[in-house]
Amino acid sequence: MLLKLLFKNPFRHKLRAVLTILGIAVAILSFGILRTVVGAWYAGVEASSATRLVTRNSISIIFPLPLSYAEKIRQVDGVKAVSYGNWFGGTYINEKNFIASFAVEPVSYLKMFPELVLPPDQEKAFIGDRKSCFVGRKLAERFHWKIGDTITLKGNIFPGNWEFVLKGIYKGKFKSTPEDQFRFHWDYLNETMKKTAPRRADQIGFYMIEVKSPELAARVAQDIDRMFKNSLAETITETEKAFQLGFISMVEAIVIAIQLVSFVVVVIIMAVAANTMAMTARERIGEYAVLKTLGFGGWDIAFLVFGESLFLSMAGCAIGIALTFPAAAWFRAELGDYFPVFNVANKTIYMDVAAGLVVGTVAAVFPVWRAITLRIADGLRRIG
Amino acid sequence: MGAIPFSYSLRNLWTRRLTTSLTAGGMALVVFVFASVLMLSEGLRKTLVDTGSYDNAVVIRKSAESEVQSGVERTQASIIESQPEIAVGADGERLVAKEVVVLINLPKRGSDKPSNVEIRGIGRHSMSLRLQVRLAEGRMPRPGLAEIIAGQGVAKRFKGAGLGETLRFGMREWTVVGIFDAGNTGFSSEIWGDADQLMQAFRRPVYSSVIFRLRDPSEFGRVKTRLESDPRLSVDARRETKYYSDQSELMAKFLRIMGLALTVIFSIGAVIGAMITMYAAVSNRVGEIGTLRALGFRRRSVVLSFIMESLLLGLTGGLAGLFFASFLQFFTISTMNWQTFSELAFTFTLTFEIAWKSLAFSLVMGLIGGVLPAFRAANMNIVEALRTS
Repeated sequence: MLLKLLFKNPFRHKLRAVLTILGIAVAILSFGILRTVVGAWYAGVEASSATRLVTRNSISIIFPLPLSYAEKIRQVDGVKAVSYGNWFGGTYINEKNFIASFAVEPVSYLKMFPELVLPPDQEKAFIGDRKSCFVGRKLAERFHWKIGDTITLKGNIFPGNWEFVLKGIYKGKFKSTPEDQFRFHWDYLNETMKKTAPRRADQIGFYMIEVKSPELAARVAQDIDRMFKNSLAETITETEKAFQLGFISMVEAIVIAIQLVSFVVVVIIMAVAANTMAMTARERIGEYAVLKTLGFGGWDIAFLVFGESLFLSMAGCAIGIALTFPAAAWFRAELGDYFPVFNVANKTIYMDVAAGLVVGTVAAVFPVWRAITLRIADGLRRIG
Repeated sequence: MGAIPFSYSLRNLWTRRLTTSLTAGGMALVVFVFASVLMLSEGLRKTLVDTGSYDNAVVIRKSAESEVQSGVERTQASIIESQPEIAVGADGERLVAKEVVVLINLPKRGSDKPSNVEIRGIGRHSMSLRLQVRLAEGRMPRPGLAEIIAGQGVAKRFKGAGLGETLRFGMREWTVVGIFDAGNTGFSSEIWGDADQLMQAFRRPVYSSVIFRLRDPSEFGRVKTRLESDPRLSVDARRETKYYSDQSELMAKFLRIMGLALTVIFSIGAVIGAMITMYAAVSNRVGEIGTLRALGFRRRSVVLSFIMESLLLGLTGGLAGLFFASFLQFFTISTMNWQTFSELAFTFTLTFEIAWKSLAFSLVMGLIGGVLPAFRAANMNIVEALRTS
């Protein structure tokens, strides 16, 4: 009987119920989107492997390292493989289309990054042609590139127009693998630099190092840095994860702000929902007194109020979660330049549900307390 | 009969204090977020506008997007230096500076987390080209010595960048001999040193940019065309103001989109909150409204009275939100600018425009939330309204 009442109650004030559900839906939607934005910052961290190290110049990322370090690093005990590359940057057609592109040593790089899934024939074609490139699925879709197309990028760091032939399109093995990157032969870059700017030839932006097991990572990193101490180009070696986290810590202020705002939304909506429940309970004081007269206990009424509050918040939550996916798609389209990976994580959905439960519970606390402590005579006497 | 007294609306809000404060609190938070996003964008804009000067021109390598990416050979720099449009300073020398800008990775004070800082190798006229920069403490670095001066922001936030401390980079120890005050400009996030010393230390025998003051700002077009079409050069000349606003385009766009999305979503929530409150206010007062109408107040007066109440609700929220947002002015946000990869600090800036926009926004939220309930109140049947309760 009570259960029936519970489900009928919210719809006595249809408009109010709809508004409250809508409000909660909007809040859950924005909470979900904001968490996804935060998650997108960390995409690079999640995509990193525990057995890979990154070595760069200790002054900062813009300073190169000599190519000769490759052989020296390879000799360090515990190193399984070494690859290297340069950040290229560059734009396609106009400045708005920024391309995340790297010049890499093809064979070792592809071996070290098994999460870039390239069909074997495409991999072979890419390795065999020095002027070729391979790109992520999303990037190819964005510009409608097909295998065999000639792509011209304009370099910012390495000036000039650079022509590439598309030989492969990779898919990410994991959801967190960025599928919007562009990679080509380091030799192509280097040969061109030898001709146009000899000073900048044989220079490496970063070394990628694979260690035999994750436990060795810390020691190998120390050994490498010690080896180049007091040389012209001192190094900093850290795990890929730490390297990516370094980038995030530089924009920490923004990430923290977004996280804060995401909780502020929940607080706002808590105020709205609490308001609704407080009003509802106030209006029904008389009814509660009647129910108590009929023999229902305080906890039965508490169950009624609590159930209604949760029903409203969960309904809003469900709508909000459903809307999160199209909204995320819109964000991906608008902010694709910033966030290569913009997926709604399962964790975000759980947090949405948790937020909904918290809102529903908190909103009901005060009315529940009133319902339990209500004295029948007071309730019946009260009008309105 | 005339209008329902204003105090009626005011007292109604006061009677239902809990509900009123919950709703106004929700609106205050929305206005707070709205204002803070605007203040942040304004702070960023102001920082970058103040950094550049309209009379100055920056020359960097063609297709480079920032000084850090750029490289200008010594011979090229000499050609740029000899342009006739360059202004002449009080000492009879041309106001031009050949500078080198690189990034160095420094740990922050306290957290020890590393961040990228721009270090600028300056020439003799660098200081006089930037009127907004002045030495606050200590002295200028002497040419030929491993001495540097740090911007106030850098000195405060980074380890070893305070006056008298030393920083190690490029295989040398550098002593901080001075602190410069650059106000709220990008320069306060930089470290300056002698260009030749820094080029040596970083083994980078090229300049990053050439900066000069125009003798007449309107001559910029001419000198730009000449420099960019010179076959010996491959450079790009921009006014300093444009150069710095280009640098923050991505960041500004990001703030704008996030701000817009947040505001839209939040305001929907707040409007709904206001609507619920106002509908409840109406349904709680059916008898009262009936009485008012029976006394002879017109529908219009009832509508006005309820809208007034809702507007008051919005205004309360707006004022509270703005009040708390104004405290944000004490905070400085320091973050990495994606385009330059370097640390940039800016403050929340409250302007009169932002203040009235926020208040207008809160009133609009109140209005939208109040209109429908107000009409419901006005359209009640008098007899039925009086019969309830």
